[in-house]
Amino acid sequence: MSVERKDREPVSGLRQVGGRLPKGASRRMRTTAGDLPTEEKAAPRVRISRKTREALAGYGFLTPWLVGLVGLTLGPMVYSLYLSFTKYNLLSPPQWRGLANYRAMLDDPRFLHSVGVTLKYAIIAVPAILVVSMLVALVLNQGIRFLSFYRASFYLPSLVGASVAVSLLWRQMFSGDGVFNAALAVFGIPGRTWIGDPSTALYTLILLSVWTFGAPMIIFLAGLRQVPRDLYEAAQVDGAGPVRRFFSVTLPLLSPLIFFNVLLTTVNALQAFTPAYVVSNGTGGPADSTLFYTLYLYQRGFTQLDMGYAAAMAWVLVVVLALFTAVMFATARFWVHYGDER
Amino acid sequence: MSTTAPSARASARALSPIFPRRPSRSRLVRGVARHILLILVLFLVLYPLLWMVSASLRPPNQTFSTLGLWPSGFTLDNYRVGWNYGTLQFSKYFMNSLVIAVLCILGNILSCSLAAYAFARLEFPFKRVLFGFVLMTLLLPYQATLVPQYVLFNHLAWINTILPLVVPKYLATDAFFVFLMVQFIRTLPRELDDAAKLDGCGHIAIFARIVVPLTIPAIGTTALFTFIRTWDDFLGPLLYLNDPNKWTVTVGLNGFLDTTGVSAFGPLFAMATVSIAPIVGFFLVSQRLLIEGVATTGIK
Repeated sequence: MSVERKDREPVSGLRQVGGRLPKGASRRMRTTAGDLPTEEKAAPRVRISRKTREALAGYGFLTPWLVGLVGLTLGPMVYSLYLSFTKYNLLSPPQWRGLANYRAMLDDPRFLHSVGVTLKYAIIAVPAILVVSMLVALVLNQGIRFLSFYRASFYLPSLVGASVAVSLLWRQMFSGDGVFNAALAVFGIPGRTWIGDPSTALYTLILLSVWTFGAPMIIFLAGLRQVPRDLYEAAQVDGAGPVRRFFSVTLPLLSPLIFFNVLLTTVNALQAFTPAYVVSNGTGGPADSTLFYTLYLYQRGFTQLDMGYAAAMAWVLVVVLALFTAVMFATARFWVHYGDER
Repeated sequence: MSTTAPSARASARALSPIFPRRPSRSRLVRGVARHILLILVLFLVLYPLLWMVSASLRPPNQTFSTLGLWPSGFTLDNYRVGWNYGTLQFSKYFMNSLVIAVLCILGNILSCSLAAYAFARLEFPFKRVLFGFVLMTLLLPYQATLVPQYVLFNHLAWINTILPLVVPKYLATDAFFVFLMVQFIRTLPRELDDAAKLDGCGHIAIFARIVVPLTIPAIGTTALFTFIRTWDDFLGPLLYLNDPNKWTVTVGLNGFLDTTGVSAFGPLFAMATVSIAPIVGFFLVSQRLLIEGVATTGIK
């Protein structure tokens, strides 16, 4: 590779590094030079050229990733920021409109509605997923037989939950003559068209999301198995009952995983697309009751070819998610306990 | 785990005079009750999937609002009909999905392991900053790049080809797998690298002969999750593959709704079952690897 051929000229590499060092331009260079073991100082040329070679090799290995980062992530994000200030329909060149797209959002009832739908979805689904996954993990953690069988079976819905197949299944199950109504009829409860009714359609999607509780459950279970037993026994000696033990021992020790799961499930919930698209046939209906943020972004960008508006919506989502993540990390020190503080 | 177990048992024995062990019979009863409860919950959780499979085997004249899982009379007609329903051609869709999935798996393994080796083993300027970008893109929502990437691929005239779905995988855009492999490679003993270096191996040889063979578990996890994600992917093919001949299974399945409305539930569920069968199959074969992947990294 060209990487190796370049550093066959050790002098140039030496001169580069040597020239930079006295100015102290980079801390890394300094420390690596300072870290040189004494016996190596006899031949500094070889050592430094190896460092250069390693750096070149590093960038060689990183090349695909760097191209992707610049070409498919950072570059596009900057471009999308530009697009968000324009009107652009893919066919004619973008026209600068300043903050018009962002202002339009505040007056766009469907945008505001999609924010409301998405927030409602996340606020109900995320705690529900966490509680269910925690409960199942607690039951599974009591030294039960066939653990791996249960664990794998409960995880299965997580694997297929985002697929079109399951969304179609959901669509049938909660339709007027679907299975859910048949189940209700067994208990004498009158059914309804759950998917077709604006007041219930979103709840069927929430149920679908709770159904995929397996992934956070596995994370909780892995954490529970790490909790030292002596802590429970110590708590028991102190007279703590099972409930107290859960809140005073289990919950604090699991808090890093709760943090992780809250972050992950919320981010996932705010990005949900396939179920809403399939269940509502891409409309977000009935009466926009399943119009997720992402679905509306898709409609504006790719059905109405309003790329500027869609880019602005994407940036709002990025900022909101970044703020949410920042708040999570900032508050973490108040409620997340790491093992070493014990 | 193994270190705490003996001490826990010892302390339990020490405590036993104060807290006598429960009689073993009530323990047994509790154990059985717990299993019954779990199996009930499990049945409820898996019921939709079981129902879907049973619905796909039902003769067409039967109603789909029955709760029962055992159809009166099995038939594979729905599979035969669904495979070529209306204008849908599932043999094409499966082939397309398979090609995309295989290419994506290869791309992710190749590009992510290269980047991971650099981050885990090599020293170079701005390494920390660049690794910060890996962590940042980990949390970046996919919508952030949806519009501009579409514009880019449209400029490159890649619409209606599989390139927008496949090429990004060769550029390690799935930061998650980079991260996964970095964590894994860091646990490998460096002595092996040093020994290879003494034998005159360069970085490429160390990577190919030492690190990659030892990273097989992480590579397996990457392959598995890449498969599941690309196989399940709906938005990507929906955006980029408009020509029905290039559709993937997910878009084809959604096509049932466009062509027929709600009448053809039998063939629809047959194809839905076939579409998730590869995922369930892979899951059954490699569930240990998969579960470990979830437990240690939180991937979904």
